[in-house]
Amino acid sequence: MNFPGNLGRFGLRFVARLGASFLFLVQALAGAVKSLPRFHLIIHQLYSVGVLTMLIILVSGLFVGMVLGLQGYYQLVNFSAESSLGMVVALFLVRELGPVLAALLFAGRAGSALTAEIGLMKATEQLAAMEMMAVDPMTRVIGPRFIAGFIALPILAAMLSGVGVLGGYLVGHGQFGVDAGVYWSSMQNGVDLVDDVLNGVIKSVVFGFVVTWVALFEGYDAVPTSEGVSRATTRTVVTSSLAILGGDYVLTALMFGGL
Amino acid sequence: MSEVNMFENPIAQAKSVHFSFDQRSIFNGLDLQIPRGKVTAIMGPSGCGKSTFLGLLGGRLATLAGTIWFDGDAVPQRKSDALYVMRKKMGMLFQNSALLTDLTVFENVAFPLREQTDLPDVLIRILVLLKLEMVGLRGARDLMPAALSGGMSRRVALARAIVLDPKMVMYDEPFVGLDPISMGVIVGLIRKLNDALGLTSVVVTHDVAEGCSIADYVYLLDSGKVIGHGTPEEMLASTQPEIHQFMNGLPDGPVGYHYPANDYLTDLRS
Repeated sequence: MNFPGNLGRFGLRFVARLGASFLFLVQALAGAVKSLPRFHLIIHQLYSVGVLTMLIILVSGLFVGMVLGLQGYYQLVNFSAESSLGMVVALFLVRELGPVLAALLFAGRAGSALTAEIGLMKATEQLAAMEMMAVDPMTRVIGPRFIAGFIALPILAAMLSGVGVLGGYLVGHGQFGVDAGVYWSSMQNGVDLVDDVLNGVIKSVVFGFVVTWVALFEGYDAVPTSEGVSRATTRTVVTSSLAILGGDYVLTALMFGGL
Repeated sequence: MSEVNMFENPIAQAKSVHFSFDQRSIFNGLDLQIPRGKVTAIMGPSGCGKSTFLGLLGGRLATLAGTIWFDGDAVPQRKSDALYVMRKKMGMLFQNSALLTDLTVFENVAFPLREQTDLPDVLIRILVLLKLEMVGLRGARDLMPAALSGGMSRRVALARAIVLDPKMVMYDEPFVGLDPISMGVIVGLIRKLNDALGLTSVVVTHDVAEGCSIADYVYLLDSGKVIGHGTPEEMLASTQPEIHQFMNGLPDGPVGYHYPANDYLTDLRS
């Protein structure tokens, strides 16, 4: 009924949360720098957010690559251009699908887990207990997770792209008989290290930063109740996904000359 | 020891402290002193701000006005190195124990030592086992927190709270949800550790019988202020209506049982 009022309240809440998230980012980055010498904490988190996400990334990458192989072949064969299958599959994966899909899966698997973990630590007063033991949660809890998320996603994206290219090869060569040498050489010739691979890596680094930031902030900012943690976990997946897809457009436009 | 002597050199004090939460006033001029080396019970009805006081004393919450003092210094109002230095002299037992769920009992107790000191593992092991023995859980060192009962969790948290040998330990509702045996153990431990280690203990509780059985001094809070204080005997013998009602658990008296509401009959008929 009171549309302008509600819109104003929503706007104020949005700006306040945005400000809080930036303040959190500054503290988290400071915590990350301080936690750098504590290598074992970072390794532990790399296992939690990286290694445990590998399975879903590898399986998804394989199937995505196989689908790309199928669809690519069906289209290319119309123009007798099936020899370009390797290049098409690799470009799709390295430029777009690798970073984007890996980031979406990472947000769903590792991001939600990070939010739930931090939110529950808050709800069960573990973070407050650390504070009272003169241990800064930003250094002990948030920092190592931030670094781990930042490192893990680019590696996972590279894995997804690599397995995807292999999936495309399995379909192209195994099912349709595209020559193995042609598949790999077209990929080698068509994929540029800087324009394609490096841009893809930059995207996954940016997505890793954003997803980990969102996940950790939502957990840290969660209302410390069951419902609050549940809502925060949902917000992590929704916000991260939107940020990834929106960010991908902006980055693609910047990198490939649209803007 | 007379009351005057007890407060000669208090370890902590609140002076005209004001605090609000979500525009609801919790304290409006709180004044109290925590005597050094004693067990002080902070009592009062639920929602009167007992736990909030511990938050202010530990620097987790900032006052709106007034000052909290601890060991001669004002408690910093913002996260800072000075606050962390101060917290190394404090221990805290949270209501739900707040053990780190991904660490074993041993590692939970070792946590402050690993974070705050450069002691070698051999020494950390000895210190942790000493503290675990004090709370009777040396044999449970390899268990995870999920495998502990409520009483055991609280004892582990107690061992963790005293592992750095703090000057003061704060207990937030340490008797809630415990069976009679566990409660008896915790009550005994608070008194025993306080005397054996020369600590100061601040026990926030609404459990009158248990609180009075171990406290040297009692503060009763309500409506954002101290409404009564004295030794447990003085408090139990008090005829002041608010104190008498709370200390004897009476439903009728100046402390309202009902949350403010419209007239009952009008409400039912509407």
